[in-house]
Amino acid sequence: MNKNKEQLLNKRYKAEKRFRLYGQSAIFMALLFLTVFIFKIFSTGYSAFQKTWLIVPVTFDAELMMLEQNPSKEDIQDADYYDIALKSMADLDPNANEDQENELKRMVSYFFEKEIKNELLNDPSLIGKTKEVYLTASDDLDQVFKGNYPRDLPEDQRRVSDYQLKIFDQLVANGKVESKFNISFFTNADSREAELAGIASSFMGSIFSILVCLMIAFPVAVLAAIYLEEFAPKNRFTDFIEVNINNLAAVPSIVFGLLGLGVLLAIFQLPRSTPLVGGITLSLMTLPTIIIAARASLKAVPPSIREAALAMGASRMQTTMHHTVPLSMPGTLSGTIIGLAQALGETAPLILIGMVAFVNTIPGSPMDPAASLPVQIYIWAESAERGFVEKVSACIMVLLGFLITMNLFAQIIRHKFEKKWS
Amino acid sequence: MIKIKAKDVDVFYGKKQALFNISLDIEENQVTALIGPSGCGKSTFLRCLNRMNDVIDICSVKGKILINDFNINDKSCDVVRLREKIGMVFQKPNPFPKTLYENVSYGPTIHGMAQSKQEMDEIVETSLKKAALWKEVKDRLHEPGTGLSGGQQQRLCIARAISVRPEVILMDEPCSALDPIATAQIEELIDELKKEHTIIIVTHSMAQAARVSQHTGFFHLGQLIEHGSTDKIFKNPDNTKTQDYITGRFG
Ligand SMILES: Nc1ncnc2c1ncn2[C@@H]1O[C@H](COP(=O)(O)OP(=O)(O)O)[C@@H](O)[C@H]1O
Ligand SMILES: [Mg+2]
Repeated sequence: MNKNKEQLLNKRYKAEKRFRLYGQSAIFMALLFLTVFIFKIFSTGYSAFQKTWLIVPVTFDAELMMLEQNPSKEDIQDADYYDIALKSMADLDPNANEDQENELKRMVSYFFEKEIKNELLNDPSLIGKTKEVYLTASDDLDQVFKGNYPRDLPEDQRRVSDYQLKIFDQLVANGKVESKFNISFFTNADSREAELAGIASSFMGSIFSILVCLMIAFPVAVLAAIYLEEFAPKNRFTDFIEVNINNLAAVPSIVFGLLGLGVLLAIFQLPRSTPLVGGITLSLMTLPTIIIAARASLKAVPPSIREAALAMGASRMQTTMHHTVPLSMPGTLSGTIIGLAQALGETAPLILIGMVAFVNTIPGSPMDPAASLPVQIYIWAESAERGFVEKVSACIMVLLGFLITMNLFAQIIRHKFEKKWS
Repeated sequence: MIKIKAKDVDVFYGKKQALFNISLDIEENQVTALIGPSGCGKSTFLRCLNRMNDVIDICSVKGKILINDFNINDKSCDVVRLREKIGMVFQKPNPFPKTLYENVSYGPTIHGMAQSKQEMDEIVETSLKKAALWKEVKDRLHEPGTGLSGGQQQRLCIARAISVRPEVILMDEPCSALDPIATAQIEELIDELKKEHTIIIVTHSMAQAARVSQHTGFFHLGQLIEHGSTDKIFKNPDNTKTQDYITGRFG
């Protein structure tokens, strides 16, 4: 009898141990996946924050630029830089033939003419003199310098020629190649050229979309939640509405995209590819999330507070506005931020309403065409050029940073401002 | 003087009847205690007097309740005005999670009782003094009311209730969550308050009813079994059920 009991006890201990082990290994697996994911993104993405420059001596020859004596600012603005730009590159190898000169030109971005022009605009006294100018390296050489480029492939399978590599290696040996923090990744709009492509347009697009989404979803959702929780009679009809709000939260986001396409673009003729339309579409998605959060935090306000206010002779409206709603705000706000964070990562509906279009300008308002961060990731991931690989990871890092900040903010609001009841 | 006259009051929660045919007169500037076993409808009756039952969707009240000869169950009665005149203190202290000052000034603010900051300060001070709380809190008026002890919180709730100078104060087991010392303070306070207010107090403590009240009503299963002067109810009740309850044979 006693022995039997001991056996049972042993069995129970073992079962408990086993269960703990399962749980621990599940958590271990999850952490492992997360670590691998983050490591992969960081290791491919960090190099995008660096940019490779070639330091090339440029002679500002007034004749080649077709500049008169003592040129005005406008003259410098309108001068012709193509010839001196080309010459500076060709001079890197005095023995180059015509084909090789062409290859030399392609070692820098097509933007090089403008970079030289900016140099002169900054300092007009350079006319007639020679100066070493920083020119953006082509995306392939950028990758070579970062060690991401398979140099040992046969030449016909590479986009960089042996000749370009030879010159590049000479420049490296002479200290004429430098890597600096890549500001243009944050200040440039998208571009077909990987070395020039930046996230400014998609970042602003995301910000505008989220703002539009917030401005529509927040007031509507909060009013709906207050009405449902504090004023609406509890009957079949309100039950029906409640069920449907919960259903709405479960609708796949692409359906909202179709709605945006069919209603906002087709019927209301709103401008395509704009954060305005994107924001409205996202607000449909965010609405149920905020309503549910707001109702939960209204419910969490103890009824004794409402009774206290009502018994003082406050009307229902006053009770709601003076007490219940302010007390529920921290919960509502953190729910809102989490809803917005979800919307921020949404891709499918935005692709449907055309925010996937190539946009090489930075939007100044929600009415200008723009992309958004997740869509930018999608666009770059689709690009064949090697230079975009690191951009994809870098963009993911920016998006993740954005999301983590928002969620952190939501947590802080929840902990700091939530009232403790007596 | 009769302040409140309840006539044939029936209360239903949905189909379930909670009060049967209650008729009771409440004397002005006296303390009336409502006693009875739990679930007998004391709170329900109390909440009829300031129409707090309106808040409960399924609750319906029938019959007349005359306050100053005006039927508060009449359609023309404005509940906001009514509740300004009939204050209430709840079982569990429920200060607003705001400062002490805001707690007491809330009623006067929404009813527009003060023209200036100075007037409001005065109202807050007198209310807190009448609630015997002023000395303890005068230096921390702008700290949260929820930081006080249970007994202090309940006195804060009393100060909040009297800030609008109600004619009647309803108290639903105001001491049930308090320790004996805090209870004694509140009982003393009730005795003081009855000079200016008519007080109706629900209590589960017979001793408390005997100490603070001049009139007592005994409820049982939704019926008012007996009512009269506290002396008579406790010393010489007419009904055997009252007798049994008073002597602790059930309840
Ligand atoms: N909100 C409510 N909904 C339904 N029934 C209620 C509600 N409040 C009270 N009751 C019922 O009414 C009866 C009287 O309750 P109550 O007045 O709270 O009694 P007491 O205060 O004397 O303990 C009880 O049977 C209780 O179940
Ligand atoms: Mg009760």
